[in-house]
Amino acid sequence: MAPVISVSGLSKTYASGFTSLNNIHLEIARGEIFALLGPNGAGKTTLISIICGIVNASSGQVAVGGHDINADYRAARALIGLVPQELHTDSFESVWATVSFSRGLFGKPKNPALIEKILKDLSLWDKKDAKIITLSGGMKRRVMIAKALSHEPQVLFLDEPTAGVDVELRKGMWDVVRELKAAGVTIILTTHYIEEAEEMADRVGVINKGEIVLVEDKAKLMQKLGRKRLSLHLQQRIDAIPEALAPYHLTLSEDGWRLAYDYDTKGDRTGITSLLGDLRAAGIRFVDLETKQSSLEDIFVSLVRQ
Amino acid sequence: MNLRAVGAIYKFEMARTWRTILQSIVSPVVSTSLYFVVFGAAIGSRISEVQGVSYGTFIVPGLVMLSVLTQSIANASFGIYFPKFIGTIYEILSAPISHFEIVLGYVGAAATKSIVLGLIILATAGLFVPLHIQHPVWMLTFLVLTAITFSLFGFIIGIWADGFEKLQMIPMLVVTPLTFLGGSFYSVNMLPPTWHTIALLNPVVYLISGFRWSFYEIADVRVEISVAMTLGFLVICMSIIWWIFKTGYRLKH
Repeated sequence: MAPVISVSGLSKTYASGFTSLNNIHLEIARGEIFALLGPNGAGKTTLISIICGIVNASSGQVAVGGHDINADYRAARALIGLVPQELHTDSFESVWATVSFSRGLFGKPKNPALIEKILKDLSLWDKKDAKIITLSGGMKRRVMIAKALSHEPQVLFLDEPTAGVDVELRKGMWDVVRELKAAGVTIILTTHYIEEAEEMADRVGVINKGEIVLVEDKAKLMQKLGRKRLSLHLQQRIDAIPEALAPYHLTLSEDGWRLAYDYDTKGDRTGITSLLGDLRAAGIRFVDLETKQSSLEDIFVSLVRQ
Repeated sequence: MNLRAVGAIYKFEMARTWRTILQSIVSPVVSTSLYFVVFGAAIGSRISEVQGVSYGTFIVPGLVMLSVLTQSIANASFGIYFPKFIGTIYEILSAPISHFEIVLGYVGAAATKSIVLGLIILATAGLFVPLHIQHPVWMLTFLVLTAITFSLFGFIIGIWADGFEKLQMIPMLVVTPLTFLGGSFYSVNMLPPTWHTIALLNPVVYLISGFRWSFYEIADVRVEISVAMTLGFLVICMSIIWWIFKTGYRLKH
């Protein structure tokens, strides 16, 4: 299936000389949730802004739904909904008016039933006549989402959508995102909350210093790059790790009751069998053990440090 | 053409007028009424006729033009500057809407407000002095052309401004002096020869002269020149706006 977004050789150098994006190649499949991760200043927002038409690219091509974003900007932009990172709202407009305005901007006829559904889905219905200035930060964030959804986009960009949003509301937004995915909407999500990407994404892209470092299926990524940690709860506390166990690079907890061993799941030999044998030989017994997979956050941090 | 988008911007801007009706409509009408009281009734009663018209009547076109010029610039510049200032411009830039349609929405609304205001001021003037309009079609033509041209000019200022000070600078330091010196309250033919020549460098002279001709058939310059100058300024403004969108100047990085 043709990708819904195709980015090819995209670069952006600002007038100051700062290169924000450097030869980006990226394809987003229709209907997927793609999480774009990266530290501050990595180029996430610039990339989104170029695709949406807010920033001019220095070079390269971008197509949305097969439509070039410059030559066929109307068709390309009509497919896109954008929830920007900052809370840009018209303070003195009502929720209903601002959401309806967004729909009009995209050339769609009035559809009060749809606006009502969107506002209800985002728990904004009882605030429909309230001026935006009177809303809390979380509500304003939901208004931004409602505006982006008002013209029924096929592609939705969520740039840090849950920044500053409490846990309950964040989970509510995740539910909305899942419903959108179920309805066939492609979602591109940038976030600082790694657990958000881990929870939601089908694929993960990591951008660092304006370059795509990695694009991978989330499950495969965690399997491929993930390390595991074996934790052993000891029968008796120890003061130090015996010299004979030095090759395993074990970590002893401060209280002396737990030993941790990090191993690579990709390796032919994990070293667990020999470790357990050497522990027995050293007279160290344990009462329990557990293994834990590395999180996406661990993977992300290791990638951007490279 | 995305007419719904044009309509959305237009309605949004017009809604702002009704939200700020004291500032948008009432304030200019009160100011203009004060001009009539001071210049028309108080001082004007001591001034003899100007080119066969009583002074109070003579200043009506100039006062209407003064309000239309300043309000066109103020409405259009604020209309586009405010979304830039609060960041909501992202929505306009990312919508499937052409540059022409964006300008049509903002400038259309600004010009509409100015025209309505000009007509209200004209009606207000009718309460103070007897009015007769010799060429109503030309009067409306000048009114509409001037409102559109200076709304375009205001749009340019709104794009150029990166702070509220700059937003006010051109209207206060350039446009208002040019309007006052452009024959709002006098005929430039009343000036000494040197100042008369200098005054003809002021583009507002041509606007007011043409507008006044449509009322009383008296003009400081030939009406054809007034029309040509107005259209010339319109073309210059449109060219600058075309360049702004082509380059993304102060709109897109």
